[in-house]
Amino acid sequence: MKTIYVDNAATTSVSKSVLDAMIPFYKELFGNPSSLYSIGTDAKRAVDQARVDVASCLGADTNEIFFTSGGSESDNWAIKGVMHELIKKGKKHIITSKFEHHAVLHTLESLEKEGFEVTYLDVHENGIVKPEELEKAIREDTGLVTIMYANNEIGTIQPISEIGKICKSHGVLFHTDAVQAIGHIKIDVKKENIDLLSLSAHKFHGPKGVGALYVRRGVKLLNLIDGGAQEFGHRAGTENVAGIVGLSVAMKEASSNLEGKNKRITAMRDRIINEFLKIDRSILNGDQIHRLPGNVNICFRGIEGESLLLMLNGKGICASSGSACTSGSLDPSHVLLAIGLAHEVAHGSLRISLGDENTEEEVDYIIKVLPEIIARLRDMSPLWDKIVKEEGMAEN
Amino acid sequence: MAYSEKVMDHFTNPRNVGEIPDASGIGEVGNPKCGDIMRMYIKVEDDKIVDVKFKTFGCGAAIATSSMATELIKGKTLEEALKLTNKAVMEALDGLPPVKVHCSVLAEQAIKAAISDYYKRQGLDPKLFVSTACDCHEGHEHCSCESCKI
Ligand SMILES: Cc1ncc(COP(=O)(O)O)c(C=O)c1O
Repeated sequence: MKTIYVDNAATTSVSKSVLDAMIPFYKELFGNPSSLYSIGTDAKRAVDQARVDVASCLGADTNEIFFTSGGSESDNWAIKGVMHELIKKGKKHIITSKFEHHAVLHTLESLEKEGFEVTYLDVHENGIVKPEELEKAIREDTGLVTIMYANNEIGTIQPISEIGKICKSHGVLFHTDAVQAIGHIKIDVKKENIDLLSLSAHKFHGPKGVGALYVRRGVKLLNLIDGGAQEFGHRAGTENVAGIVGLSVAMKEASSNLEGKNKRITAMRDRIINEFLKIDRSILNGDQIHRLPGNVNICFRGIEGESLLLMLNGKGICASSGSACTSGSLDPSHVLLAIGLAHEVAHGSLRISLGDENTEEEVDYIIKVLPEIIARLRDMSPLWDKIVKEEGMAEN
Repeated sequence: MAYSEKVMDHFTNPRNVGEIPDASGIGEVGNPKCGDIMRMYIKVEDDKIVDVKFKTFGCGAAIATSSMATELIKGKTLEEALKLTNKAVMEALDGLPPVKVHCSVLAEQAIKAAISDYYKRQGLDPKLFVSTACDCHEGHEHCSCESCKI
């Protein structure tokens, strides 16, 4: 059976050109970039070039890019690093949203235990932060605003430029977790007044375990990882040279012909959404327009997400869900609860995240298979019986 | 989702799915908030479970444990069926991941609930026959059994 991979928000395949660019740094060019002989300096040159390329994709300066081990480290470093610096000036308040990735939320929880204070903004039914609410939440002692560029589960895109403007006018630093946005949305850190930005290579056909943090010049942050003098003395550890090269090649590729790719992916996305919404008692999660090109997130009432995923897997389709069973906790995804879904509805969510490798034929297949699976699960669901009894049969 | 082959088999081809219109007893356990509900129908003749069907809303393990539990009690006397433990259901499925143990507890409870309902319909006090204790050690609100509710 053919595998249809539509979980590109979880991770992506490493593209051939990325892998080809990486391999020499595992083979002949294995040297340590800090060494003085040529296999070391060649590696160093590759890291330097990668930094130039990544900076140019973001509209940043080269010395504003720091390579890390991925999105989680970048988020941790940005938030802890900035706040541990700003606390010296008495700033102890942070503003975020309720549906950030755990790399942000759990970092903030840890800061709260140290005595920092956090305001969690509502993301409303459409999954979008209201800039005016953010502005109202700013206090005298607010040091940092951290709002994700696009949500990893429901794909909603936040009003980043507006938030950037507000933060700038109030003299508050602005960090954005752009892990899901990079490679799908054109970002210009200067135009959008972004002070810090996290990204991760494996979300755009780069390797896992490598990412970057953009830090605007002049922004002070404490080191997270101390040791050697790598990354301008701000992030110690022998560079993941192959990974860094892979990241930069993937980023360049992702940034090229963005419009063309997005047009095609958006059309596939909308085809799936339209078809899925024809299914009785299905609900689209998150704003339909301000949404990542590849993100579909829909709840089907009366069914549970894990069993849906297992059945899809039985048909060769790899997708994801925000049900409790798939999150390994008792509660369904905090993102779906944040947009106001009831627990029992959130359990029945399905996320399909398309990428540039997906085809129309795959979309045809998904559209054909899914309704059959939903019908089968509903047929054995006592919850579905109750819903139909209470709310009546569908009108059509 | 590291499920055994048996679990996957019972998930993919669940046995005894459906309803019994003239059931002698119906038991429902679980909570939609937690993401699982099991409903069991039994048909009893001469103290024997001659037919059993289920409907389940829940994860792969919830569906597989329901299916296995119905197989294990079909044709058994009520007394025998009441002895079915969640452990026996798990063993019959070649094990469950630790986070899914509560599904087997739900299956045990669903059977007990259906048999209790049968006794009630007979005008008997189910407490005389059915113990509601469960040996679920998770102690979390996810489990609907009496001992976990405390
Ligand atoms: C929005 C967001 N932030 C952070 C991360 C963490 O990135 P990484 O897996 O590279 O640590 C992810 C990936 O799961 C993500 O989607």
